[in-house]
Amino acid sequence: MRIGLFVPCYVDAFEPEVGIATLELLERFGLTVEYPYDQTCCGQPMTNTGCHAEAAATEALFVKNFSEFDYVVAPSGSCVHQVREHLTAIPQTDAVKHVRARTFELVEFLHDVLKIEDLPWAEFPHKVAYHSNCNALRGIGHAQPTELNRPFFSKPLNLLKKVKGVEIVDLTRPDECCGFGGTFSVFEPAVSAKMGYDKVTDQARAGAEYVVSADSSCLMHQKGCAERLGVGLKYIHIAQVLNGAAA
Amino acid sequence: MSARETILARLRANRPAGDFPLPEVPTFEPLVGDDLVAEFTERLGKMGGRVERAGSPSDPFAPVRSRLDGAAVIASAVPEFSGNRDLAALAGPTEVNDVDVAVVRARFGVAETGSVLFTQDDLIVNAVAYLAQHLIVLLDPADILVNIQGAYKRPEFGQAAYAVLHTGPSATADIEGVLIHGAQGVRSLTVLLLQRKKQAA
Amino acid sequence: MSADDLTPRQTEDGLHPEVHAPSDESARGPGGERLQHAEAASKPIRADAPREPQPRGAKVRGNRPIDQAEAAERFLAAPMHQKAHDERLWDVRRKRDVAAHGIPEWEELREIASQIKTHTLTHLDHYLEQFEAAAKANGVHVHWAEDGAEHNRIVLDILRKHGATSLVKSKSMLTEECGFRHFMAAHDIDVIETDLGERIQQLDDEEPSHVVMPAVHKTRLDVAEVFARTLGTDPDNDDAHYLAESQRETTRPLILKADAGLTGCNFAIAETGTVVTCTNEGNADLSGNVPPLQIHSIGIEKIIPRVEHLGVFIRLLSRSALGSPITQYTSHFRGLRPGTEMHMVLVDNGRSERLAMEEFWTSLKCIRCGACMNTCPVYRRSGGLSYGATYSGPIGLIIDPTFNKRKYSTLPFSSTMNGSCTNVCPVKINIHEQIFAWRKVLAEEHQIPLLKQGMMKAAGAVLSRPSAYRAAIQTADSALRILPRFAVYNPANTWGKKREMPHAPRQSFHAWYRRNRMKKGSDA
Repeated sequence: MRIGLFVPCYVDAFEPEVGIATLELLERFGLTVEYPYDQTCCGQPMTNTGCHAEAAATEALFVKNFSEFDYVVAPSGSCVHQVREHLTAIPQTDAVKHVRARTFELVEFLHDVLKIEDLPWAEFPHKVAYHSNCNALRGIGHAQPTELNRPFFSKPLNLLKKVKGVEIVDLTRPDECCGFGGTFSVFEPAVSAKMGYDKVTDQARAGAEYVVSADSSCLMHQKGCAERLGVGLKYIHIAQVLNGAAA
Repeated sequence: MSARETILARLRANRPAGDFPLPEVPTFEPLVGDDLVAEFTERLGKMGGRVERAGSPSDPFAPVRSRLDGAAVIASAVPEFSGNRDLAALAGPTEVNDVDVAVVRARFGVAETGSVLFTQDDLIVNAVAYLAQHLIVLLDPADILVNIQGAYKRPEFGQAAYAVLHTGPSATADIEGVLIHGAQGVRSLTVLLLQRKKQAA
Repeated sequence: MSADDLTPRQTEDGLHPEVHAPSDESARGPGGERLQHAEAASKPIRADAPREPQPRGAKVRGNRPIDQAEAAERFLAAPMHQKAHDERLWDVRRKRDVAAHGIPEWEELREIASQIKTHTLTHLDHYLEQFEAAAKANGVHVHWAEDGAEHNRIVLDILRKHGATSLVKSKSMLTEECGFRHFMAAHDIDVIETDLGERIQQLDDEEPSHVVMPAVHKTRLDVAEVFARTLGTDPDNDDAHYLAESQRETTRPLILKADAGLTGCNFAIAETGTVVTCTNEGNADLSGNVPPLQIHSIGIEKIIPRVEHLGVFIRLLSRSALGSPITQYTSHFRGLRPGTEMHMVLVDNGRSERLAMEEFWTSLKCIRCGACMNTCPVYRRSGGLSYGATYSGPIGLIIDPTFNKRKYSTLPFSSTMNGSCTNVCPVKINIHEQIFAWRKVLAEEHQIPLLKQGMMKAAGAVLSRPSAYRAAIQTADSALRILPRFAVYNPANTWGKKREMPHAPRQSFHAWYRRNRMKKGSDA
């Protein structure tokens, strides 16, 4: 089984620890993971802005980098959603279709493909607020959104429950978008930041010490908001917690 | 080409490709328990209405007596109660504007929502159900249906010129979400559970 | 209007005996809890709130693209309004969840409703003809209008034929689309809105900001100011009960003497020719049952085939809109009252054209419940007037550009595409996917700013070339200079105005990988 690791551009630049934790975590399960060296981005900044033609070359590069693998794994629900649902600016060849079908977000790869049972190395004795990235939640089905009248499930919470010491705290608006929204965060900064402030306030009110998410983009935005508000919350990617980060 | 023809032609020309059959609507399980009176009472209460059981046969209107006694103008559309404004004799709907209390009978009630149905025949003057200050509704407990889905199988909707489900009094919360009864219509709605009189021929 | 008309039933202490004080028990259930039904919020009235001017909506300049972000920023700069707006609508969204979760077949109902709508829309010619025939058989005059202007002319003709100069109406988004009030004012027809929220908006000369709660962006202080100015109420009394009562007492005489009444339409039943309206105030029933001339304006997409289908839609509508099991009034207008005349106007206004838009025609399924607005985190924080369009919030983002691609070209970008709107939609419109699709259409048709498109072109050029990308993020410093600005290519640092910038890591993942996992370093 060949597994390719995709490290999204902002993780590459700002949160390298998330990429490292993802790689190490997958290796803990005895997997050989390759990192295609010429990778850049999934194309989301352009397609989310409507500029599909401008995303075509980036999408083609993504497919070229990952078409050889049985699975592509990325620590980002948002990027995986882009690949799976919106990588459409280039002709849908067999290689493109293959890559789109075989790209998994880390949590779902652990939960659905590897079906992992134990994380004996992981311990995180903290009060944690989990943040669902909207694309992870509603786009690729990480968990049951509160709007729908269907039985509750949550893949990330199932995994976090396997980590010793984690105590999940409840938010008053659990599914509310944090306002990052990709390019929205800079094209509509006032609303974006207000949403972030409200999210951070909700997390603090719930008594969380840490906010855990499967998406660094949301965390980066929330962290920026928390620091501006002077709220002492800490933000960490789920890959790091599952990999045994001591916090 | 008339607007009618233009619109219809465009609808035909622009019809989306694909087969979109009309689905069968299954009969859903009732959301309410077997005690329809209790369910109806609870749900109408949540919508701001009140339910009273009829008083003794000699004075079935006892539970609403204080409301009636305080009213100067009462319009009744039911044989069980005589008001002092004859709805059948009015020249137009504006003549019910000074009615304090209107007494009408519902065709049926709906337990799922606490609704009651009227047609133009039940109201005699449709506007009385809105222009009156208060509404007293007679409802035979045997006329309570289980749910909305069942209600829409009733013939009234295909036959009546006007049919309306009332679920509590007129309400608004358009100012800061503050609940206010009597926004434009009646300020209160009280259902009096009273068996339907057998109609004399 | 005389002073007597203003306060005909006022007593000496200034309050009508029927006016409910905040502590009045009629607004409470048997258990003492404040009633949750209809549009009511569960929180008590605020006491002695400080004043804050109401933020106004988007600046509309002819055909120029609406700057929603600018208007939203002004709304956010009025924290009392923003907070009240957000909390009120979130409360409604929460009640909607409770109502939806109380029905085991909820998701099935949504699916059936969606299928009934898609079926009807794809057979709309047939069902409209059926509706017309049934209505005519009921003695109703049926008219067809290609657009808003024709609708307004038809209604004006009807009014003129009857010598009618005043018209009471209930809330109708269709008539908002048609610019009905403004048209009628220009033709000396006195139009009176009878829904409280809509009346507030009319008196303040402002458009409705929400399809169900037209004045939800206003505080009671704002309403007190508007009513004091227009109805002569006490400017220092901002009690909601007093204000609502004042509106009731001043509107009632206008209803009684109106020459005509007009309602919108929630559902039109093809098999019976029935117009169904769903209201909480009973004002559609007053409009339809008091004046001698009765008019119903119907968007052609409101048709559903049969009465039994109301058993699906009525169960969904108010639960989605407000969390109540049904509206206070569900009214079925099918035939006329003796001695009166009844007209129905079937209005297209772009709907038949929208049907041809492969990615967007299913937006015609909309039943105007407003659930997508209540759940939208952007809408709740920016107010409906910030959209500068008849329809605001998520449904507005996908409908408004069908009316004017240039003017509303910016709206599909006023979203984080979080998808909550799609999940609450009772007829399962894939709203957030249509927002995404609109962005593509607008970019392809060059309806997005050149600067934005240029940034994306530059971003695409860098992101598709590994060496250029690598150079751009090689050091933390250079990455910080361009990321996240790099990802979006925004020349002004709009990120940093309200948030701290990300901290610079020691090295990129790429550099770490090269050092730790590759046998030989590479400069790729």
